[in-house]
Amino acid sequence: MTGAEIKEAVIEILSDIAPDEDCSNLKEDVAFRDQLELDSMDFLDIVMELRKRYRVQIPEEDYPALASMASTVTYLEPLMKDIEK
Amino acid sequence: MYDAVIIGAGMSGLAAGIRLAHFDKKVCILEKHTTIGGLNSFYRVNGRNYDVGLHAVTNYLSDRATKRGPMVRLLRQLRIKWEELSLAPQVGSTIAFPNVRLDFTNDFELFEQQVAQEFPAQIDNLRRLVADLIDYDDLGQVGIETSAREVVGRYIDDPLLVEMIFCPLLYYGGARERDMEWGQFSVMFRSIFLEGFSRPFKGVRLILKNLVRKFKSLGGELRLRAGVDRIVAQGDHVDRLVLEDGSEIEGRRVLSSAGWRETMRLCEGPLPEDVPSGQLSFIETISVLDTDPKNLGHDRTIVFFNDSDQFCYEKPDGLVDLRSGVICSPNNFAYDEPMGDGMIRITALANYDRWARLDSEAYRLEKLRWYDRSVAAAVEFMPDFRSRVVDVDMFTPITIHRFTGHDNGAVYGAPDKRYDGRTHLNNLYVCGTDQGMVGIIGSIISGITVANAYCLRE
Repeated sequence: MTGAEIKEAVIEILSDIAPDEDCSNLKEDVAFRDQLELDSMDFLDIVMELRKRYRVQIPEEDYPALASMASTVTYLEPLMKDIEK
Repeated sequence: MYDAVIIGAGMSGLAAGIRLAHFDKKVCILEKHTTIGGLNSFYRVNGRNYDVGLHAVTNYLSDRATKRGPMVRLLRQLRIKWEELSLAPQVGSTIAFPNVRLDFTNDFELFEQQVAQEFPAQIDNLRRLVADLIDYDDLGQVGIETSAREVVGRYIDDPLLVEMIFCPLLYYGGARERDMEWGQFSVMFRSIFLEGFSRPFKGVRLILKNLVRKFKSLGGELRLRAGVDRIVAQGDHVDRLVLEDGSEIEGRRVLSSAGWRETMRLCEGPLPEDVPSGQLSFIETISVLDTDPKNLGHDRTIVFFNDSDQFCYEKPDGLVDLRSGVICSPNNFAYDEPMGDGMIRITALANYDRWARLDSEAYRLEKLRWYDRSVAAAVEFMPDFRSRVVDVDMFTPITIHRFTGHDNGAVYGAPDKRYDGRTHLNNLYVCGTDQGMVGIIGSIISGITVANAYCLRE
C-alpha cells in the first residue's frame, strides 16, 4: 500500500470507531487527540483494527507513533508496503 | 478450545462477547437459563410482554453532538448505531417526599430550577457539587474508598435535600446500605440527573436481541441451558469448565459474570479470602391497566417516593419495607405511538431470607398480601389506579435469585466491587455487576472494559 492508501485506510478505521466524528478533514500534523474526541479505548481500537484488517502487529511501546495522521502513515509505510490494497 | 468462554448471557457477557468476536476471537457464551438477559430480561404471559429489571436506560444522549460519556463509549466500542437502540426519552420523573417534590427530566436545568425553588439556600451548593463530579474519570478506578455521603455533605448542608438526591441513586444502583462510594455516586449522578432516562418502545428485549444478533453475526456462539457446574483449575490456571450436564469446555480465558462469590464457589481448591455478599433485594409488582396512566392523570415516568424526611435504604427486618419505593410507568416515555396496555411497576426493598423461609403456600399468600400493600403505598403518591387493573404479576427476591444466581437476590451484587476484574486464577476474570458499575449501561461498559483489558492485548 502507498502512503495515500494507508491514510485512506486509517480514515476508514477512524470513521468506523467514531462514526459521530467527521474524519474527512483531519489535519496531517495535528494530534488526533486535539482534533477528535478519542479516549484510550478508542486508541486501542485503532491498533486492534489495523491488526484485524491488515495483520499489522504494533507493540505497545510504538503506540506514541500513532499520534497524528502524518506520524501514523510514516510509521505504517514500511510495515504495510507489501500489502495489496 | 475457545479463545474465551464467557459465563452468563446478560448485558456484560454479551458486550464482552461482541468485543471479542469482533476481533476474530473464538468465543462461546454459556447461559444457565433457557433465555438471555440475566437480571434484565423479559417474558410473555397471557399474551402480554413484560420487562424485568429495567425501568429505564440511563445516560440518554439529548445532544447528539455529545462525544463523551458512557453511552458514546458503548456505541463506539460495540459498533452500534445510536438509532439501533431506538431510545425514547422520559416524559419526566419526580422525587416525592412528604412535604416536598422535586421533578426532573433529561434537561438538568429543570432540576436546578426545582432545587432553587424548594431549597433556595442550596442551589449554589448543588452547582458546586455538580461542577466537581462532572470531571470524575470513571475509567481511572483505583479503588479509593470515599463515602459519597461525606463528600456530598461538604457541599449540601440541608439533610432533606441530601436524602432526596440519594434516593434515586441508591434505588438504581446501591449495592450497600445507606451510602455509596463517591466515584460510583458521581457516575450515577451524571447518568441519572445530567444525562437521564429513556426506554425503547419495545422494552429491554430490543436491546438484548440486538446484542445477541450482533454477537452471532460476528461468529460468536451462544449456548442456552448450559450452566457451569465447576471451574477446574490446574495450579493457578483454569484448565476447563465442567457443565451441569457433565460435558466439558476449554477456553484460554474465562470471563464470568456470575458474581464474585458465585464465581469463587464454582472454583475448586484453595480460594481467596471470603468477602460479604450483597444484601439488598427488591420486590416488584406489575399492574396491567385497561387504560393509559395518563388518562388517570399520571404522566410521571418514574416516581421515587419516601414517606418521611429520612430515607432508609436498608435490608428490611420484615418481608418488605414500604416506607419508600419506586413507581415506574413504561407508558410515560416520549414514544412516537401510544403503548397500548397501561403498566404500573412498583419496586420496594425486600428481605431475601424472610422470603426464602416461606413454604410454597405461605409464599403465594405473602405475594398476594404484598401486592395489595405495595399498591396501597404507591397510590399515596399517584392517582389511584386500582379499579383499572386487568392483570398483575410480581417478582420477589426469590425470583431475582433464580434468574441472576446472585446470593440473596442482591440486585446490585456485592457491596465491594472488584474494579480490576482479576481473580486468584491467572486466566479467570469477573465482569458485570460485581466488577464495577451497575445498571444496563454500567454492565455493558464492564463487559467491554474487562474484555479489552485481558483478552485483546496480546
